Amino acid sequence: MARRRKPKLAVWKFASCDGCQLTLLDCEDELLALAGEVEIAYFLEASRAVVRGPYDLSLVEGSISTPEQVEQIREIRRQSRFLVTIGACATAGGIQALRNFADVRGFLDLVYARPEYVRTLEKSLPASAYVPVDFELRGCPIGKGPLLELLSAFLNGRRPNIPNHSVCIECKRRGIVCVMVAQGTPCLGPVTHAGCGALCPAYRRGCYGCFGPMETPNPTSLGNWLLTHGMSSPDLVRLFRTFNTYAPAFKEAGERYAEAADVDRAR
Amino acid sequence: MASLESAIPTPGQAWRMEKARLQELLDALNRQGYTVIGPRIREGAIVYDELQRLTDLPIGWTDEQEKGYYRLKRREDEAYFGFAVGPHSWKQFLHPPVFLLGRARRNGQGFEWIPPTDPPPRYAFLGVRACELHAIAILDRVFMGGPYVDPVYRARREAVFLIAVQCTVAGGTCFCASMGTGPKAPPGADLVLTELPDAFVVEIGTERGAAVMAGIPCAPATEADRAAVEARLEETARAMGRRLDTTDLPALLYRNLEHPRWEEVAQRCLTCGNCTMVCPTCFCFTVEDASDLSGTQAERVRRWDSCFTTAFTYTAGHPIRQSAKARYRQWLTHKLASWWDQFGTSGCVGCGRCITWCPVGIDLTEEVHAIRQTDGTIAGERR
Repeated sequence: MARRRKPKLAVWKFASCDGCQLTLLDCEDELLALAGEVEIAYFLEASRAVVRGPYDLSLVEGSISTPEQVEQIREIRRQSRFLVTIGACATAGGIQALRNFADVRGFLDLVYARPEYVRTLEKSLPASAYVPVDFELRGCPIGKGPLLELLSAFLNGRRPNIPNHSVCIECKRRGIVCVMVAQGTPCLGPVTHAGCGALCPAYRRGCYGCFGPMETPNPTSLGNWLLTHGMSSPDLVRLFRTFNTYAPAFKEAGERYAEAADVDRAR
Repeated sequence: MASLESAIPTPGQAWRMEKARLQELLDALNRQGYTVIGPRIREGAIVYDELQRLTDLPIGWTDEQEKGYYRLKRREDEAYFGFAVGPHSWKQFLHPPVFLLGRARRNGQGFEWIPPTDPPPRYAFLGVRACELHAIAILDRVFMGGPYVDPVYRARREAVFLIAVQCTVAGGTCFCASMGTGPKAPPGADLVLTELPDAFVVEIGTERGAAVMAGIPCAPATEADRAAVEARLEETARAMGRRLDTTDLPALLYRNLEHPRWEEVAQRCLTCGNCTMVCPTCFCFTVEDASDLSGTQAERVRRWDSCFTTAFTYTAGHPIRQSAKARYRQWLTHKLASWWDQFGTSGCVGCGRCITWCPVGIDLTEEVHAIRQTDGTIAGERR
């Protein structure tokens, strides 16, 4: 039997910090094995050698933030058998989606000396707002373990085994003591997608939700509990408005507590 | 005195042991190859972990527990076991949260199966509470009670040495007295300790327990000691932070499956799964296979799972229990009702962990009480 052609892997960058694609380079022990299994066809952070499309698997980092990027992501979709978005920017719009809650032209005038040179979209959005996406890998940045699981699943033709339940389940499996119950530290773990292995609670910090909302999040209940335990509405807004601010469940929670904060201010 | 020291402990006897002699008990267990696990302070809570010295115990500490609330507090005395149960349970040692079942290596057209080779650990549990002995008995029934015995659980369970310590304080979320699971330890432990101000009363439960105690100088317990133990247990039972009326409980829940309270609690439930993780009897797990990049090696791992995840009921294309209401109702009715049908016991031992460690303080005793108060109400019929 002839050896199958090595699948072609491409890694793309949009509005982002590069941290997620760096996770691929961080797979030091597995990188050679990976290079043996795939043809790294497009990965500018690692090599300027570029192989033309089409590609079997495209990993897309970053949010869609400019009109050119809309065209690019559509072209990448056309050239890709599987398209997987990686990280909070590509899956939810990223921290830069904070601008979605205000008039972007206001920022342009404030930040740039010649704002007329800047072409930007009203909103920073995930790739899925423009093209169909086969799988979303969460995190800010993504974790090495889930990335390798995704690649193994792709190479072996199976579904990736990446749970979308809460961080709490990972936290409790590790035997970590709950920071919310035992310390009163606000923690987004109960509404946040697993994948980090409960990194922050392991260091006695609250989860700040960098993997975005879990499968069936209830941020209203968590937020109301925090509100009745001394957290202010503006602090709750800040809690939900970080790297996954525009992920639907966190966006709604942020808007709800922003309204409450406005009411408080008006009083 | 010499005659007392040469007396041989036998099951059914009670002895009075000076507190400091507990170290000799630990040493004896260590010499027999046991890893002693017991309560110690970590991350602001009393957890179960390896013990070397008596001073590892949370001597002089207690806990304040309420729904969604746990804090350590100094006691006014130097009691060794003056606290209630914490976030951990013995489940994590008998039914590990993550366990590698084996590896598979590709071998031509087939594959070779490589089972784990490490011998199972030999644990001695120090400080098992009455509710926890009941919980272990429940897990025994689940994992070893039928025709299909779980080898991972059995290997750990059969090796374990159990030292119960009867509760002399009740926690703020405890309700073992309502469930008939404490504070008096049921049979099953090798040794049962009760802490008095100046000594432990040690009841010998098994021959193994007698053998360990044989090397430790102590005197037979007096009538006054036994009376003091009973008095302490009664005091603890009276001080329960919670109560649950269990009258006709399965039937109450079965006839109220459409009660509006389920929808109400679902508004608060985070479906995070914490209650199931901390529950000493929740046993569900998932088995996952992971292949490596080259597809030549695979690992099969089992992990604690929870009925609060959607993947838990993923069947034929979609999860069956999609709503939080369906999942909370499933969990509570399984614990308190259908567990009886399935295993012949309650699935709840009244330890209160699910109340304390729910991040938003959902209290199952409150939920059951609310349903009982409005028994027969059907969602959508009121207002």
